[in-house]
Amino acid sequence: MTKRQLTLLAVALLLVAWGFLPEFTITMLNYIGLYALVAVGLVMLTGVAGMTSFGQAAFVGLGAYATAWFCTAPAGAALFGLSPGSVALPWIGLAAGLLLSAAVAWCLGAVTLRLSGHYLPLGTIAWGLSLYFLFGNLEFLGGHTGLAGLPALSVAGFELRSVRELGLLTWAVLLLTLWALHNLLDSREGRAIRALKTGRVMAESMGVDTARYRIKVFVLAALLAGLSGWMYAHLQRFVNPTPFNLNIGIEYLFMAVVGGAGHLWGALLGAALITLMKQYLQDILPSLLGSSGNFEVIVFGLLMLLVLQRFSDGLWPSLARRVNRYLKAPPAASKGAGDALAQRPLPERGSVVLDATAVSKRFGGLLANNNVDLQVRSGEIHALIGPNGAGKSTFFNMISGVDDPTSGSVRLLGRDMRAQASRVFAAVGLARTFQHVRLLGNRSVLDNVALGAHLRGHSGWIASMLRLDRAEEAALMREATRQIERCGLAPQLHETAASLALGQQRIVEIARALAARPSVLLLDEPAAGLPYMEKQALARLLSQLREEGMAILVVEHDMEFVMNIADRITVLEFGQVIARGTPAEVQVNPKVLAAYLGGADGEVTP
Amino acid sequence: MDGQVALLLAQDGIVNGAVYALMALALVLVFSVTKVIFIPQGEFVAFGALTMALLQAGRAPGTLWLLLALAAVTLLVESVRHQRGVAVDWKSTAFWAVLLPSLAALLVLLLRPTSMFGQAATTLLVITPLGPLVYRLAYRPLADATVLTLLIVSVALHGVLVGLGLLFFGAEGSRTSAFSELRLELGGIPVSGQSLVVMGVASLLVVGMFLFFERTIIGKALRATAMNRIGARLMGIPTELSGDLSFALAALIGGVSGLLIAPLTTVYYDTGFLIGLKGFVAAIIGGLTSYPLALFGALLVGLLESYSSFWASAFKEVIVFTLIIPVLWWRSLHSHHVEDEE
Amino acid sequence: MTLKKTLPVLAALALATAAYADINVGVTVSATGPAASLGIPEKNTIALMPTTIAGQKINYIVLDDASDTTAAVTNARKLINEHKVDVLLGSTTTPNSLAMIDVAAESQTPMISMAASARIVEPQDAKKRWVFKTPQNDIMMSLAIVSHMADGGVKSVGFIGFSDAYGEGWYQEFSKIAALKGIQIIANERYNRTDTSVTGQVLKIVAVKPDAVLIAASGTPAVLPQRALKERGYTGKFYQTHGVANNDFLRVGGKDVEGTFLPSGPVLVAAQLPADHPLKKSSADYVARYEKANGAGSVSTFGGHAWDAGKLMEAAVGPALKKAKPGTVEFRAALRDALETVKEVAGAHGVFNMSPTDHLGLDQRARVMVKIEGGAWKYQP
Repeated sequence: MTKRQLTLLAVALLLVAWGFLPEFTITMLNYIGLYALVAVGLVMLTGVAGMTSFGQAAFVGLGAYATAWFCTAPAGAALFGLSPGSVALPWIGLAAGLLLSAAVAWCLGAVTLRLSGHYLPLGTIAWGLSLYFLFGNLEFLGGHTGLAGLPALSVAGFELRSVRELGLLTWAVLLLTLWALHNLLDSREGRAIRALKTGRVMAESMGVDTARYRIKVFVLAALLAGLSGWMYAHLQRFVNPTPFNLNIGIEYLFMAVVGGAGHLWGALLGAALITLMKQYLQDILPSLLGSSGNFEVIVFGLLMLLVLQRFSDGLWPSLARRVNRYLKAPPAASKGAGDALAQRPLPERGSVVLDATAVSKRFGGLLANNNVDLQVRSGEIHALIGPNGAGKSTFFNMISGVDDPTSGSVRLLGRDMRAQASRVFAAVGLARTFQHVRLLGNRSVLDNVALGAHLRGHSGWIASMLRLDRAEEAALMREATRQIERCGLAPQLHETAASLALGQQRIVEIARALAARPSVLLLDEPAAGLPYMEKQALARLLSQLREEGMAILVVEHDMEFVMNIADRITVLEFGQVIARGTPAEVQVNPKVLAAYLGGADGEVTP
Repeated sequence: MDGQVALLLAQDGIVNGAVYALMALALVLVFSVTKVIFIPQGEFVAFGALTMALLQAGRAPGTLWLLLALAAVTLLVESVRHQRGVAVDWKSTAFWAVLLPSLAALLVLLLRPTSMFGQAATTLLVITPLGPLVYRLAYRPLADATVLTLLIVSVALHGVLVGLGLLFFGAEGSRTSAFSELRLELGGIPVSGQSLVVMGVASLLVVGMFLFFERTIIGKALRATAMNRIGARLMGIPTELSGDLSFALAALIGGVSGLLIAPLTTVYYDTGFLIGLKGFVAAIIGGLTSYPLALFGALLVGLLESYSSFWASAFKEVIVFTLIIPVLWWRSLHSHHVEDEE
Repeated sequence: MTLKKTLPVLAALALATAAYADINVGVTVSATGPAASLGIPEKNTIALMPTTIAGQKINYIVLDDASDTTAAVTNARKLINEHKVDVLLGSTTTPNSLAMIDVAAESQTPMISMAASARIVEPQDAKKRWVFKTPQNDIMMSLAIVSHMADGGVKSVGFIGFSDAYGEGWYQEFSKIAALKGIQIIANERYNRTDTSVTGQVLKIVAVKPDAVLIAASGTPAVLPQRALKERGYTGKFYQTHGVANNDFLRVGGKDVEGTFLPSGPVLVAAQLPADHPLKKSSADYVARYEKANGAGSVSTFGGHAWDAGKLMEAAVGPALKKAKPGTVEFRAALRDALETVKEVAGAHGVFNMSPTDHLGLDQRARVMVKIEGGAWKYQP
């Protein structure tokens, strides 16, 4: 049985059992479903995209209050010309709640998502608290006492009054959401979202607009929370501020982390575990410890501490591992025929692809780059060398879009790239690797390389969620496989990136860069830390790429590697170009010798 | 609002800000050494205040039993680790888990000091060892976990401590007698000696911490541990010790804060959370690394709170927490943050 | 039937009825969270309630809802569906109780609330006919305060209350009655239970110089504004609400709360009531029982509301048993009917007379004025 079959079986069992389960169990399942919906949003936000949020409870509140107001205030019904008590009001409430959540999330996200590192969780605490206090202080929202008398939901004339009936809706929505999000993560957009966690630079260099993606994930999490709030309001039919305070917001994050922050099913597991644990403690503690004190909170906290110490990644990964042993692996995606991806043709051999003219960069009083000229031609390997502190990294950042020159220009394929972000460089045709390998360690090599082809696909979020992108996805995977094979890592196709040796990881980065079919390839110290055989393999690969007409710039320290492979070398020292030419010319250049060795002294072994 | 009122509000804001500054101090301290965002710091403050109150009322505080229980469990855990072959630092274990708790028990149960100083010292003796013991039991096993996981552990611990607080101290609060009954007139507004003590102690501690971490070797060693644990160990810095030390300092600061605010206001078992939160805001304004900026942040929060409680008391919290956001935004623009990598 | 056969049948019948004999009472209180100072005395009182009534055994199942509405509703559902309770007691706070109404009505279970707002039982409708409450309505207490103020020549009042349902509800009731009696509210401030200073709010109040200040808070946090006002030199009259009626308030307040007036249920000054006061016997009885179990001076008026719920139950169980067996929907309906018709049941706070339109059933006997003198409560006849 495969994972998918097991999931379907579990869902079917739940559906069959639904009519027979005791009333309170159904009530519990209802709440678990509602909490899991919020937790799943958090998994996307925190676990996958790396943005910790304590404020989701406020969005649940927005969803709940929106529908509560429309359903109970005569003014709300009058807005749409309906009579109070109309069946359409809850649905208007839903639309209003979702719109409101999305709008508030967009605005808050625009401000707080720019906050980096630890500012972000604090920002979420801040507006989580302020929205909670706002709910309690607004008269028309019932203040602290709340709004009572919400109607039950009606779907196609059928009233969902009891927990049993409403629970079906809750779980249907939850399961659909899990399916859609699973699809999203298993697609081109999903890879981009996962890349958000490693920081901006890598994702942007693959062409991902990190700011936009972060806001989108944030809005997605807010929408899910608002949806949960809407269903909650019509389940309890009473809304007041206490369920939307910071403590509950913290609990949602708890559920996501304890369940397994990086896994969608972890959200459900966490929600179920924590909800059931609280009920269980409520039942057995009085008989164990006596009813004179209130030990539930204490015991609950202690249990959570123990769980976190033993399973710092959450419980889902361990559970999944155990279950996976008994499951068949899913059939490997067939290669299949199909359209290849669009690709741009390589520029004419010998033409200038990357042209840096008089590039200077000043940091306050420090002139890191001083009038540097450099050209990379297609069908050529150009090496940039220099002693430590020469300004190579700074220059690298200039020509890859990570930073902007203070003066001078950078042209890529004839286009002026002044003040352009690195994702624009990627779109025009530049790909790069990193000095400190930046891969998604717990994803497979195939997934990592496929990220490089991000700009060659076009399916958006909705298409991915609805599984309409399969053809394009197959093409992207084929392309990624091709590049991996070409780089000689075919046996490691499905291994996790973190399990590879450093040298192989560097090759994976190169494969990833190649998956973008760039016109120019920028390599940042690719040979560093490689053993001899792997260095040879790398050199062979680069030569082959040169033959095919790629323009390659290599920043390196390893002299032997550089001298053997480069067509042209530029030497930097103290931010200035001190020598240019073929390897042979550079090797005997007295200025170069002085810079590296402190003075010409006999022969230099090539 | 006339000048008099403005000054009074400013004074109020500064005194509150001083308390938040002490919170921020401890939070920055713990974070910069152990990468733990120590949310339960507020509980140390509440425990300090309430322990003192109970001592003044002549009763044995529940925190003593907590201390003894934690000490016993720590000894157990260390023995298990020793059996497994892990190198256990018995000297520091004996200090935190045997010596100090015994002294505390001695003072509380037998000697029963009645002077203000004696009771204050006893309180600190009960509260301070809680820090390292909590560190060993809750955080040390997770020393290499992500900041998020450590944060969640802090949250869980906070829940446990609040629950214990309710158990030990009940739902109603307490006040203690003031350290100083002095009443002065500065610039036409009445200033109490107690608030001067608060501001004085807060400033002293901030300056002291700043100097300790910037100028002394131990301080720098502690900071190195936070930046790169393995590197620090390779340099011979005893990283385990740093965890103990920073948590002990945090607990000490928490206890002192509790002693300072208890005469000013009634403290409850859950007063700590909101104070801790505002201290957290202040610490973040300092980027969780800079003490002077955290102090500035704390004063800002205190003043903001004071003035908004005058203008629109029902919306005070809304104003304070909403206005933090632009401050954070401004702060974030000006910080050179290193790329976060998980 | 032969004797041999009848005896086992009779025994089986007896056992069968015995199996139905237990009455289950489900209780949800806020023993933790912001309302803990109200919920804990209530929980302690449940432990004092009778374990048999009219020969039937009573089981109490007590759950904590941490002052949260979702938890209160979940507890209610659990008590009804899992523990099959015949009557619900709870919850401590108004929002929790309001949220539970639907659950009680749907399952046709009578519910006795210990929360303050009149909205819980008014206006009576198909749902609220299942709901009763025992605490005096804020309007009765407001009336007491306003009358006292008017008698004392107070024309302007400064209001400072909790930023929650309690403070909000009090403001609504108080402002209505104050307007009727021509007293102006010239300041309206709020503060949080956990606030450590109220300087801003207090300065604002002092600036407008009201004749009296009303503090609408519960428990020891109510001391804070009073102390702050005194420090700022306010010399007018102080009024507190019945929410502060416990000895911890006196302990924390000390000298600063001398001379304060507050309305309260008679249980607060049970010992000082004149011998012919209708509540003397029943409230003194409650005080004695509570302090025997929890220590001298520990009694709290909030616990009294739970006690009164128990008293109502006691009065209603007998008549209900005559109509149906516990554990059935008929029993619950009968219990509800019986609750609705209790007459002259004396509890800790008042004498209850329920009717189909009045599910609180208290009158002026449920309220006394108290003054704080010499660090103790002084009954004002």
